[in-house]
Amino acid sequence: MKVAVCVKQIPDPAVPGELDPSTNTLNRDDKLILDESDSFGVELALQLVEAAGGGSVTLVSMAPRSEVSGLRTALAMGADDAVLVSDDALAGTDALGTAKVLGAALGRVEPDLILAGVESSDGYTGTVPEQIAGVMGIASVTFAKKIEASDGMLSIQRQTDDGYDEVTCPMPALVSVTGGVVEPRYPSFKGIMAAKKKPVDQVGIADLGIDASAVGFAGSRQETVAVVDAEAREAGEIVIDEGEGFQRIADFLAELKVI
Amino acid sequence: MLEHLVGITDLAQLDGFEELDIDTVEGLLDEAGRFCAEQLEPLNRSGDTQPARVEGNTVVIADGFSEAYSMFVENGWNGIAFDPAYGGGGLPWTLGVTVQEMVHSANMSFALCPLLTQGSVDMLMHHASEEQKETYLHKLVSGEWTGTMNLTEPNAGSDVGALAAKAVPAGDGTYRITGNKIFITFGEHEMAENIIHLVLARTPDAPVGTKGISCFIVPKFLVNADGSLGERNDVSVVSTEHKVGIHASPTCVMSFGDEGGATGYLIGDENQGMRYMFTMMNNARLSVGIQGLAVAESAMQLAAGYARERKQGRPIGADAGAAIVEHADVRRMLMTMRSHVEAMRGLMYLNAEAMDRSTNGTGDEAAAAASRAALLTPLSKGWGTDSGVEVTSIGIQVHGGMGYIEETGAPQYWRDSRILPIYEGTNGIQALDLVFRKLPLDGGNAMRSLLDDMSSVARSTDGGPLTDLGIALDAAIGDVETVATWMAGAAPNDVAAGATPYLALTGTAAAGWVHVMSAVAAQRLLDDGAGDTDFLSDKIASARFYCGQFLPRTASMVAACTAGADPLYAVAAERF
Repeated sequence: MKVAVCVKQIPDPAVPGELDPSTNTLNRDDKLILDESDSFGVELALQLVEAAGGGSVTLVSMAPRSEVSGLRTALAMGADDAVLVSDDALAGTDALGTAKVLGAALGRVEPDLILAGVESSDGYTGTVPEQIAGVMGIASVTFAKKIEASDGMLSIQRQTDDGYDEVTCPMPALVSVTGGVVEPRYPSFKGIMAAKKKPVDQVGIADLGIDASAVGFAGSRQETVAVVDAEAREAGEIVIDEGEGFQRIADFLAELKVI
Repeated sequence: MLEHLVGITDLAQLDGFEELDIDTVEGLLDEAGRFCAEQLEPLNRSGDTQPARVEGNTVVIADGFSEAYSMFVENGWNGIAFDPAYGGGGLPWTLGVTVQEMVHSANMSFALCPLLTQGSVDMLMHHASEEQKETYLHKLVSGEWTGTMNLTEPNAGSDVGALAAKAVPAGDGTYRITGNKIFITFGEHEMAENIIHLVLARTPDAPVGTKGISCFIVPKFLVNADGSLGERNDVSVVSTEHKVGIHASPTCVMSFGDEGGATGYLIGDENQGMRYMFTMMNNARLSVGIQGLAVAESAMQLAAGYARERKQGRPIGADAGAAIVEHADVRRMLMTMRSHVEAMRGLMYLNAEAMDRSTNGTGDEAAAAASRAALLTPLSKGWGTDSGVEVTSIGIQVHGGMGYIEETGAPQYWRDSRILPIYEGTNGIQALDLVFRKLPLDGGNAMRSLLDDMSSVARSTDGGPLTDLGIALDAAIGDVETVATWMAGAAPNDVAAGATPYLALTGTAAAGWVHVMSAVAAQRLLDDGAGDTDFLSDKIASARFYCGQFLPRTASMVAACTAGADPLYAVAAERF
């Protein structure tokens, strides 16, 4: 079974991010790391290949400056190889452009199954996975919490507000994976040492047959027109418990429709 | 520090370290750090409140430790610096100690278990037979089995030669071991499927003292010829100690031979046990220094975080409501912690680098590196752990009244660190090692060579923006030399009397040397416009603080070093 996983390498969330005021895009000059929301897809892919008794896990990523740090982390977890699309012309690419680029890269891999996170932890558009499926003309299933594969078919538990749907679909397909549904393994010492020798196929947009005018700022149909600071968090309400505190909490939670 | 002070990538030119490059080093440190922060650190406080205790014939360890240990082993962190022939990662010791530092920073009690295994691996690697190595090393290197060191007895602590445990030949090539051992770290637990005890004991006709000590392998479960585990050996835990710190680490009283004698396998030759112990001692002592560094680092991070958050008083020149980090005295404490931690780290990594060059280098260079490692080891262990206790104590002070409250976590670092100047050779013994073994090493050339290196570092600042640091270092080098010269001609007990202050003096001077080297490297990068400007200028600030405020103390230590024994004996023993 051949599984491809779309992974994004993002600025370290532990370091305060900066926007470039001229373009309103995120500054990506420092080292990039594996988006945690993609680690669940990597883990599920490794488990699926282990369950199938063989196969491979290929990472597909688009990043500036041929950045591989985040890919190395996923390779150290156990992925076999990676395709990295890096090209100066890609700066400013919007979600659809990204989907076209990743779709073209995935086309070279020809996987049975493509996994992706539901949304990235830096951009949060949450649209790229479905757009990739559209670009590639394959089935798309969102918010998976469990995936099984057999005889060319996928059985997927798809998380919903009320519980989950059971979905079956033929392969190849693209499935987006809900964060937190599985415990991603730590890269082992041997995995880390092996990762640096695993192949990373670095390609530019010309290799993928993509024209520079279709991507980057030039090809972007999405524009960030303004950026405003998030509202400062307001001080919370302090309730003094005089025997009725529990009721106030229950009322408050009911108001939020949590209970 | 690894890249510009130690030159970790230069080690890649040594035989066996070819796989090393800076990206790999960064990847390893990132992932090891993440594992330690996410899996080991959360168990540090909870482990402190659940001391290891005997239940039946085993010891119950704090919740979560067993699972964390399994994960530690599965991820391969136990064996990264051990020999690949037995499944190790073959990395330089220099990198091994950096990972060891993180494990100890996260949870010193936990980290003691692999630390004792390390001692066992070292001993077996150097002195065991091929068959013994095949039997025990693979699983000790992986961490599936853990190791212990059984030296101490109630009447044989610092004086190992006084030990009384007996080993009687059983006629089949094995020995029957009887006796009691105390202070046995991780002597019993169920985190691993077997425990390999290394036990010092005397054979029937052994000479008295250290010349009559032999070393035996005593497995908790005997190992069958096919590698499977056989019957339980005649060794059992009697009790665990109630200690000041490292509560989650079981410190066991062990009994050998309650049922007639534990089966032991002699390592090497009879009566050579003490000599064998010395081969692993440098590694073990450096690792204890690393513990001091590691816990000090954690204490510093905790204190710095608190100082930035806590608002109290109005610091001079600051706005009302400013955090206590703005007070001059709090800054002094934080700078003291920082400059000590950085110096400890530099000194100990250089110590490890010298070990790597001694084991994997060749010819005269390897011999010189071995001498350098031998000389730096008492400084790493002695000065490093004394500094560790001091830094963790300051960590409490930064917290004010809250520092005396366990819930902050600050007292635990101090309590945990307090063992470090005691075990693996008390710091008093480290000081004696420095003056009686290391000063005369290679006819005094080991120290001469270190002082020459220190001088050339001081010289390299001449006329530049770091000249003030070089001048301070020069003065300290002079103090180290003055005392060394005096000691060369002094009576033995006069030298012994000055040993501890001399360890402090030499450690302080060596710390200054590390700081000046760091500052020179940082200045060079700044001049080249390379690297993180804040990081580099902070390095220089820390070096300047240490060289300006701590290095000058060496001058005041000379008098204590050279006063001789008389002032110490002026009050008769019975009048204390």
